[in-house]
This record gives sequence, C-alpha cells and structure tokens, in this order.
Amino acid sequence: MSEAKKEIRVATGDRAILPEGTKLVPIYIMGKQYQVPETMTIQKAVEYAGYQFIRSCGCRGGICGACPTIYRVAGDYHLHFCLACQTVVQEDMYLTQMPFFPANRAAYEIEEVDASAETIMKLYPEVMKCVACNTCTKSCPMDIEVMEYVNAAMRGDIAKAARLSFDCIQCGLCSSRCPAQIQHFHLAQLCRRVHAKYQVPQAEHLKPRVAAINDGKFVDVLKELVGDSEDTLRELYVAREMEPQDSKGWQPEEKQFL
Amino acid sequence: MGYTPEMLDLIKKVEASRPERLERSKKGIDFEPLTLAGREEVLSKFHPDYKDDGRRDVKIGPSKGESYPDEFVDVLESKARLLVSGAELDKLTDYETDVLVIGGGGAGTAAALMAQENGCKVIVATKLRHGDANTVMAEGGIQGATQEVDSPYYHYLDVIGGGHFTNTPELVAALTNDAPLVIEWLERLGLMFDKDPDGRLRVRHGGGTSRKRMHSSGDMTGSAIMRVLRDESRNRSGDINVLEFSSAVEILKDSQGRAAGALFYNMETEEYFVIKAKATIMATGGYGRLHIQGFATTNHYGATADGLVMGYRAGVPMAFMHSTQYHPTGVAFPEQNIGLLITEKVRGLGANLLNTDAEQFVFEREPRDVESACIIRECMERGNGIITATGRVGVWLDSPMIEILEGPGAVKRELPAKHIQFMRYGIDISKVPMLVYPTLHYQNGGLTITDDSATNVSGLFAAGETTGGVHGENRLMGNSLLDITVFGRRAGTNAAAYVKNFDGEVGNVNMDHVDAYHKELAEAGVDTDRVAPLVLPNYTREEVMEKQLTTNYQGGLRA
Ligand SMILES: Cc1cc2nc3c(=O)[nH]c(=O)nc-3n(C[C@H](O)[C@H](O)[C@H](O)COP(=O)(O)OP(=O)(O)OC[C@H]3O[C@@H](n4cnc5c(N)ncnc54)[C@H](O)[C@@H]3O)c2cc1C
Ligand code: SF4
Ligand code: SF4
Ligand code: FES
Repeated sequence: MSEAKKEIRVATGDRAILPEGTKLVPIYIMGKQYQVPETMTIQKAVEYAGYQFIRSCGCRGGICGACPTIYRVAGDYHLHFCLACQTVVQEDMYLTQMPFFPANRAAYEIEEVDASAETIMKLYPEVMKCVACNTCTKSCPMDIEVMEYVNAAMRGDIAKAARLSFDCIQCGLCSSRCPAQIQHFHLAQLCRRVHAKYQVPQAEHLKPRVAAINDGKFVDVLKELVGDSEDTLRELYVAREMEPQDSKGWQPEEKQFL
Repeated sequence: MGYTPEMLDLIKKVEASRPERLERSKKGIDFEPLTLAGREEVLSKFHPDYKDDGRRDVKIGPSKGESYPDEFVDVLESKARLLVSGAELDKLTDYETDVLVIGGGGAGTAAALMAQENGCKVIVATKLRHGDANTVMAEGGIQGATQEVDSPYYHYLDVIGGGHFTNTPELVAALTNDAPLVIEWLERLGLMFDKDPDGRLRVRHGGGTSRKRMHSSGDMTGSAIMRVLRDESRNRSGDINVLEFSSAVEILKDSQGRAAGALFYNMETEEYFVIKAKATIMATGGYGRLHIQGFATTNHYGATADGLVMGYRAGVPMAFMHSTQYHPTGVAFPEQNIGLLITEKVRGLGANLLNTDAEQFVFEREPRDVESACIIRECMERGNGIITATGRVGVWLDSPMIEILEGPGAVKRELPAKHIQFMRYGIDISKVPMLVYPTLHYQNGGLTITDDSATNVSGLFAAGETTGGVHGENRLMGNSLLDITVFGRRAGTNAAAYVKNFDGEVGNVNMDHVDAYHKELAEAGVDTDRVAPLVLPNYTREEVMEKQLTTNYQGGLRA
C-alpha cells in the first residue's frame, strides 16, 4: 500500500480541475482566439472558453450527431471534419460548428413502399447525380463508406446500402459537402427501414406469441403474480430454471407458463 | 497523447503483477467475494444511495418527508422560472393541440405515434434536437419474451427479483405482457434487429435473466430504435408537429385542475410561449446531469430532471427517487471520454480491477452497487486511486489480461467499439489497462404512474425514465428501452382515449398550483433563490463566472 496517501481533490461532473502546469494552446472559435488546455475535446474547450452550448451539444458521447465541426489548422489548406465531443483540440485550429444543415426528407408510407431501386428513384431522384467524388466519405466522422452506400442505393442494392450506413448518426456533414446535393442520411434511413421490413425474413416465431398476448393468454398468470406475496415471489424466483449459455435444444421442465 | 509518463510508470507495476494474477486465475482463485455482511457494510459506508450524508428530507410537496439526494432536493425546493396570471398566459398561447408530448426521446416519440394512430393531433416539444436523448446512447439491447422457452411469466419474475421485490407489480405486469408486442411493432416499422438467416430474432442473456431475451441491433440498439421512431414520426408530420429547442418549464392547468398543456422557453430568443393541450404526456427522461454527489454521468446533455420538477409541482408524487444506478466502470481517462460506459463484459472476460499499487482489492463480479462502493472506498478512504492530470481519480481495469486469457486479438474481437474509442486517443486497451470510476447511469425512480401511464393529475400522463416503479430499486439491463416503448405506447393510446372523452375545447389555463407551491416553500421556511427546472447543466468555470459581472443564472441557464 502506498506510504504517503495523496491528498484527494477530485473533479466533479463534467468540469475538470486543471493541475498547475497544464499547457494552454490557442484555438480560434469562429475566428476568435481563446487559450484552452491542450488535452480537452473541442466541446469541453469551447465550454472552458466560457460558452454555454444551447446548440451543437447532445449526447456528449459521439452517438447523437449534434456536434459536427469543421476546422482548419493554421498553415495547412486541408479541411477537417469531426465531432466536437470526440476530438481533442489542436494548437491554432480554426473551427466552426454546424448545429444544423438543411436536408429535405421525402415522406413515404412504410406499408406501401418496397425495397427496390424504383422506391429510391421516386423518393430521392437526385442520387443519380452523384459524381463519385468521394467527398462525402472523406467528411464522415463515423468513417462510413458514404459514397459506397449512395452507389449501392442507386443500383438498387438496398441491403448493402443498409449495412454500410448502419453506423450513421445523421450529423449532416456529408450532405453539407456534396456537389450533387444529395441528402445522404435520409436516403440511408429509408434503405435501412425497407431492408429490415421487406428483405430480411420476418420473425415467424413471434407471431403466435403476439396472437396469444392479444388473446389475453397471460392476463391471468400475470394477475396472479401481481397478487403474490413477497415470500411466494422469492420462492418462485429462486426456483427459476436457468437457460444455459449454450442452449441449443434446451427445454425447461416447467411448461405450464409458456 | 495517450497516458502521461507518470501513468505509464504506474502501468509498469500493473504489468509486473500480471504473471502472478494469471497464475491465480488459472487455478480458479478469485479475489475473495464479500460476505453478505461485508457487502452491507461497504454499501452503507460508500454507496451514494445508502450513505446518510449527501441526502435530506424534502420539506414540501406530495412526497414531503421522503429522503432524496441533495442535488435532487435542491431542484424540488426551487422557485419557478416564471409565474404569471392566466390573462398573461392567454397572450403567450401560440399553439393548441389534442396531445402535447414533452420530450422527444424514445418514450415521447412512441407516445406521439400511438396518439396519432388513435386520431389525435400531436405536438412533440423537445429541449434539444428530436432524438438528442438518453435513448440514442443505449448500446446493449431490449428485453422481451419472444422465444418459445420463455414467457411474460418468467420475464416478470426476473424483473421483480432484480428490483429486490420492491417494484410496483402492476407496472411489471404491463411491461412484460407488452414486451413481445413492442418487439413486433419495431420489426414492423423496419428496425434492423440482429437475426438468424431464417428471421429468428437473436437473443442473449443479460444480468439477472433466467431466459435469453436480450434483443439487439448491433451495438447501437437505442440509436437504431430512436432513428426508426423519429423517421416514422416524420412520415406523419401532417399530424405530428415536432418543435425542437423548446424547453418546457411548467405544466399548466385549467380551471378544473386538469393538466392543460405547458409553458415553454425558447433558449435562443429568450421568449416564453404556451402550448394548450387536452392531454399532456411527460417524457423528459432522467437526471444524470444533476451529477449527484459530483459523479460523472453516462447521460446526455439535457438530462436535468425537468419533468420531475414540473410533475411534482403539478401534484404528482415521486416513486423510488431514493435509488440511483451507478455503473461501476465509467471512463476516468482520457478526459474526453469521461463518464462513458464500459460494459460489464470486460470484467466478465477476465480483466482485473487494480489500485495504484497494482493490487486487486475487489472481486470482479460483485453486484453493480457493491462493486461501485468498493471502488469508491479504495479511492476515497484508502487513497489508493490513480489521480489524473485533469483531477480525476480512478482504478485500473486491466484489459490486457483478456488477451492473455483468451488469446491475442481477443480484445479487438470482443470489444470492437471500445477498442476504437480508446485508440482515437492513442490508448490501445489490448496492451494497456483502462482507468475507471463509477458513473451515474440511470434514474431508477421518478413520477408515479398507473399501468395506463396516467398520473394522479387528470390529463397528465408520463412515460419512460422520468417515471418510477417499474424497475423498483434496481433496473436490469435491457428493460429500460422496453419501458420507454411499452409505456410510451400506453401513454399515447390512453391520452388519445382521454381526448376522445374530452368535452369541448381547452379553457383558460393558469399557474395556481405553482403559486401554491411557492407558498408551501415559504411556509416550510425554505428561503432560496434557486430556480428550476435547470433546463441545462452549467459547466461554466468559476474563473469565467467571476467575471460575468452582469450575468444572471436561472437554473443552469444564463439569462
Ligand atoms: C449510455 C447509456 C446506455 C444505456 N444502455 C441501455 C441498454 O443497453 N438497454 C436499456 O434498456 N437501457 C439502456 N439505457 C437506458 C435507456 O437508454 C434510457 O433510460 C431510456 O432511453 C430513456 O428514454 P426516455 O425517452 O425516457 O428519455 P430520453 O431518451 O432521455 O428522452 C428525453 C427527452 O426529453 C428531453 N427533455 C428533457 N427535459 C425537457 C424539457 N424541459 N422540455 C422539453 N424536452 C425535454 C430531452 O432532451 C430528451 O430528448 C442506457 C442509458 C445510457 C445513458
Ligand atoms: S453518413 Fe453523413 S450524416 Fe451519417 S454520420 Fe457520416 S457524415 Fe454524418
Ligand atoms: S459527395 Fe455527393 S457526389 Fe460526391 S461521392 Fe458523395 S454522394 Fe457522390
Ligand atoms: S454531442 Fe452527440 S455526437 Fe457529439
């Protein structure tokens, strides 16, 4: 065990304590310079600088798509695209945030469409205008093969478009950059839904269960459990048969409640 | 980037102790689990739920006398942002609708779809963007007794046993009965569930399940659900109007004391506006961003307990708000991932928890609450945590052990998303350990509801993480995505039925209940200038606030 117990001063919540000697670096938030700790994410650095987000901030964990950010670093012509909550600041970065990007979405009746090239063409005819520049892929912070899914959708390979776009968080960076003005993320969502609904086999085993529930099959057993004493419930709980990890062919002995 | 030289030095100790730990592991010798008495002791001293300090009795309102965390009592014992007359509210009225849904997460969106299907005009008003919510963050899965060897009966037993037999039984019955219906509904809407080639839903075990019933959509189940529900609500935009960046700050009532809509605040223009509605559904999610006792959280930016405050002022009692779920292993380094979840699977695969001297101090498969308490004890009482450059403390979670036990490549194979997440910051968790500390994960309690998702205030319904009872004192993984869809749907359907029986139009609205609440505060001797709902957390540094000489903070917001 360590001899000298360290004094414990702990950061709370999302506000970090900066130990002495932390290096500050200049960043430019929409053109204005602020000195921020070099270890911070862009999102936290902007807060450190004194901003309070009312936009461009959602999950703070890289999955909601609220914080797409575009930056350049002084002396380098390249444009960079990232999520502010997932990217550490760099000295002399010039950043702007894109809290919203307009993209029209085509409405459809999920029960009436199908998983075909025709559906895509009817709802998003502009996909045909893709010039295969790959800019969308290069700007995607989730490393999605965006151009590939657009091309798959165009060819009517909906399954591939659905699979490739699965990680899309709908941040809009791709659509902000596309010379063909394609609205990638809405198109991708359409592909995933029609793929799951019309191409993947439906869960046949679920249908009898749903019918049984709609017939009220479990109403009485559940009512009985609701009325049971804690002691009875404890007994039933302890007596549950456990489905094994490797359960191929496994059947429980007690079948009356199935 | 990556670990600092000081941390790398400490990691050498971790490496040095690996052969010995491996030896023990091979012999099947675990760190000694705590006895039941030992568990109770560490819980009572170190688990935030059990400790006496950091909590107090709430002095007013329908749950007066109950003991809750200080941070939560603070928001309950606060003033309203705004208290105006009925005439003033009339002037502020911008919208009238059948059903108002407050909160555009999974629960709110499911409610909106069902209310619409049952013939209502719906407005969903939400604080951030539609879907910026805890729902998108859920990775693991959604439960439901869809397999032949399972049934709602066994699901019921698992839920109530997991909740230490404290759950509200009628809610558990509704949850488990509807679960297969919800899974089928999501499938019909086009959710990409993980399936076998023949269409059979793939299911796994989760903590505390007797049958495999965890359904998933990759490791983004919550996101997949949110994307589909949101997309469907957009298909019905003729009837479902979604107002983003609109924060509800108070429920409004009509002259008969029924809920009749809400007062909203536009954070950008700083205007207030009123939405009148025949029925109102509260679906504002959890309270992780209150940072109970300073804990980091897995929750999204908007999780500030707003719905609890509004509902409580309107007269709805709390259920189970004494109970909060801390996940034992949240990220403590690097700072950019702080508080984010590291799944239990890592320990399940053989990674040890180690202190600064690379010693084991806890059995790795204690229940969540016990594991959390042991980590807190190691860091706080014994001073054996590792302190980071950003002022965090944590213990090692030695993931490279998995490579040794399961063979090279195991970390990347079993934990692909975590591996990438850390690689972004130059940390290869197949070679070096992770630094972890408990993180505030889930609000077990909330507004009291019936199995129809109704509250005791007529016209006011509630669903999702903002409600309490269905999980009792402890939620099992995968039952929350289920909770929000089951009770979201029930809220929507029942609100629509209520609207059908509603006579005439919504009359004049008032804030009399808020006025009465203020009087109750004064009578209880609570003299405060706190304002709630917070709407957003305030992460402004003290050094900045000291110079904001003309800025007021109302709740968490600058005004
Ligand atoms: C990291 C993480 C992992 C998880 N993993 C799982 C899992 O694997 N399985 C599982 O079952 N559960 C999981 N959960 C829990 C589950 O995701 C949530 O409990 C659930 O999604 C909550 O849904 P909800 O609709 O009630 O609330 P939310 O999804 O949080 O939605 C609430 C919405 O209301 C809005 N809002 C808040 N206040 C206001 C206001 N004043 N006015 C207007 N709008 C407001 C919010 O901004 C938000 O959009 C996880 C949670 C987290 C954080
Ligand atoms: S595909 Fe487009 S919208 Fe989706 S995550 Fe990538 S850049 Fe963002
Ligand atoms: S940016 Fe647009 S035009 Fe270029 S490849 Fe992507 S979809 Fe095609
Ligand atoms: S805040 Fe959600 S992705 Fe960055």
